[in-house]
Amino acid sequence: MIDVRLTGEALDLAEAAARLGDDPDTGAIATFLGLCRGETGRLSALELEHYPGMAEAEITRIAESAMSRWPVRGIVAIHRFGIVKVGEPIVFVAARSSHRDAAFDAVRYVMDFLKTEAPFWKREHLVDGTVGPWVDATDADERAKARWA
Amino acid sequence: MKYFAWVRERIGRAEEEIELPADVGTAGELIVWLKGRGEEYAHALERDRFIRVALDQRHVRHDAPLSGAREVALFPPMTGG
Repeated sequence: MIDVRLTGEALDLAEAAARLGDDPDTGAIATFLGLCRGETGRLSALELEHYPGMAEAEITRIAESAMSRWPVRGIVAIHRFGIVKVGEPIVFVAARSSHRDAAFDAVRYVMDFLKTEAPFWKREHLVDGTVGPWVDATDADERAKARWA
Repeated sequence: MKYFAWVRERIGRAEEEIELPADVGTAGELIVWLKGRGEEYAHALERDRFIRVALDQRHVRHDAPLSGAREVALFPPMTGG
């Protein structure tokens, strides 16, 4: 089971977790929640641009790759677009499996690839009301992905 | 063509239809050719090796052939998650 969704609305965590569904052979669920960070008072929000169609397709491809790599029984990924205020969730990823290692690994794998392969671009909105620069891609994110090579 | 983030802003449009010359065969050759179309393209694509390309909504390398692609997208490195 793979469930990928993009939304322009605030993430509802209970609804997101419920998407994993019931499965009597699941013994572990690992979840990750990525939030909009304030950068020590500098930011009011992040604006996320995305490539409609490709964003969903790319996250689905990443989830399929994780499902083929570990004995994972289901993956849910939900990603925001539009304006995300400081403290609000940007991304939710959850995986369920019979034993915990597969779920932990799959969630981390999906996040590591999503950061550099899913077509989203962040732009800073500053506390003084102005729109700041586009966020630069980082070498750290590229290295995180390389761990799975 | 579709453009996103600062590539879209620098070019000044989100999408456009383009007839490619016959000698533009790969994604990388397309970027080089676009850079010659005007200052806005040259500015958007100046660091051309950092520009990412998708053909029909799949990532490709710059040496990928364009043949048969209906939708070509150019964008900066991604910063989601």
